[in-house]
Amino acid sequence: MRRTFPLVIAFTMGLLMMIQYFIPHPISQKFYKIMVQQWLIIISIFFYVFAWRSFGLYHINKIKRRKEGWWASVVAFVGVFFMLLAGFGDRIPGGIGHFIYKYFNFDDLYNYMFAPLQATMFSLLAFFIASAAFRAFKARTMEATLLLVTATIVMLGRVPLGASMWKGLPKVVEWILMYPNMAAQRGIMIGVGLGMIATSMKIILGIERSYLGGE
Amino acid sequence: MLILLIIGLLEPPSYVRAYDRPNDGGGAIVIEWESVSDTLLKGYEIFRRKVGEEEFRKVAYVARGRNSFVNSIGIKDGVKYEYAVRSVGIDGSYSDLSIPAPPVVSYPQWFKKNKINTLLAIAIYFFLLVYFTQAAKGRELFIRRIAGLDHLEEAVGRATEMGKPILYVPGLSGLSDIATIASINILSPVAKKAAEYDTPIIVPNRDPIVTMVAQEVVKEAYTEAGRPDAFKRENVFFLSDSQFAYAAGVDGIMVRERPATNLFIGMFYAESLILAETGNMTGAIQIAGTDAVAQLPFFITACDYTIMGEELYAASAYLSRDPKLVGSIKAQDWGKAILMGLAFIGSILSLLNIDVVLKMFATI
Repeated sequence: MRRTFPLVIAFTMGLLMMIQYFIPHPISQKFYKIMVQQWLIIISIFFYVFAWRSFGLYHINKIKRRKEGWWASVVAFVGVFFMLLAGFGDRIPGGIGHFIYKYFNFDDLYNYMFAPLQATMFSLLAFFIASAAFRAFKARTMEATLLLVTATIVMLGRVPLGASMWKGLPKVVEWILMYPNMAAQRGIMIGVGLGMIATSMKIILGIERSYLGGE
Repeated sequence: MLILLIIGLLEPPSYVRAYDRPNDGGGAIVIEWESVSDTLLKGYEIFRRKVGEEEFRKVAYVARGRNSFVNSIGIKDGVKYEYAVRSVGIDGSYSDLSIPAPPVVSYPQWFKKNKINTLLAIAIYFFLLVYFTQAAKGRELFIRRIAGLDHLEEAVGRATEMGKPILYVPGLSGLSDIATIASINILSPVAKKAAEYDTPIIVPNRDPIVTMVAQEVVKEAYTEAGRPDAFKRENVFFLSDSQFAYAAGVDGIMVRERPATNLFIGMFYAESLILAETGNMTGAIQIAGTDAVAQLPFFITACDYTIMGEELYAASAYLSRDPKLVGSIKAQDWGKAILMGLAFIGSILSLLNIDVVLKMFATI
């Protein structure tokens, strides 16, 4: 029963959603809205409660055991509660919650602390790209040499310097991107598309059961 | 004087026709007309009235160059409407109203006729899948070697030898993304192997639903391996739902806990290289798997093995060797062979100006 029930749900809902895709009638659209937009949101809310419990347990465990970097867990907790109080602190009469709500604007904390922190993480990508490219472009094998030559041509062709060196370079780059590169990408994408359909059908038909916890 | 004379001659559009928009849920009517060729034309105004009403009411204006319009505001299904169009000059003058199109009724359809090709493709693929999964029973089908999957066990073994944990990152998408489901399918055998070797597995998650599913999958895997006591729920946890906070958190785990094996399997975005390069710096053996074409080069560069595109969806069958699942890969290959054949024939026919194959793939 523990296995059969989820399989029956997966089969029924998968089949219904597949049929729904081919029916434009408002009844079908309403079904989609109820299932995907409303049910999913309701379920997600409950899952968030469990997720935050999981978050709390992980960090409490780290702090309790004084694991390496336990102070980062303290920072995580402070951050979560600080943001919560900055958003809802006015509902708590007096105390630190009210104080935080009064003196720390939620939007400002988001825009001037959280957003720059995210941007900082994102900007690390520039350095990581440089270090990864350095490794990838070492012409040790035939493939790496081919990659190095192609990348050099494409990089040069995408900047004005390349066109000033040779007028035809941007056209060569366009050809590389439009034909060999696009052909390879489409090959992967067709395979991915078929793989997605196959996985979906396997789940609907109950052939694939690993997601239930067993093979 | 000449201009005024020309403006006075601005003609109304001809051959105005209106019809119910096909393949929709009702509430929309398409109006088409023959374009007026006049250099002083600015655009067209579309008028509508219910059958039986005296006066037309303006419902829309469209600029010159267009000769069709979809009226989807204020349309009630089952009501008869008449449409007329008039030309508008650049000086604001108007032509007479065109001859009204015959009355039209909007109604909702029960089937998208423009998706027949999709339905047919699904039916063929479904047939192949059922046929090969049945045919594969009791037989051993050949699957080409997939290096990334072959080395999964070795990667788990390495972590065991080094006494370090395994880090499994199931991507940043939710369960509505098939790549995440594929990742969960791979998590199951990896967790089982980790349980057998008594090696801790850390699974940080970005999506709450994925967190709960991953916890259950890992727990089941530990139970199947006969080690339910070794399962630690706090090792499969929700980290953050913010993309870069999650990346920072996973990077922190890699630097502090120093996992011997990092597995990045699922859907990834801009954080892919941030994760993979950090793992590379810590010296961990890294296996990545994604169908995100834009992230593949990053993983190929920074990881030891990369499971690319469709290999991700074949992983579950490859690892379990379940004949039914392996049969489904055969169906995938046949699907690809049919598509390749059609693409080849379509290319040849297109060169000969025969577009029959191209039309088969059209969805409009």
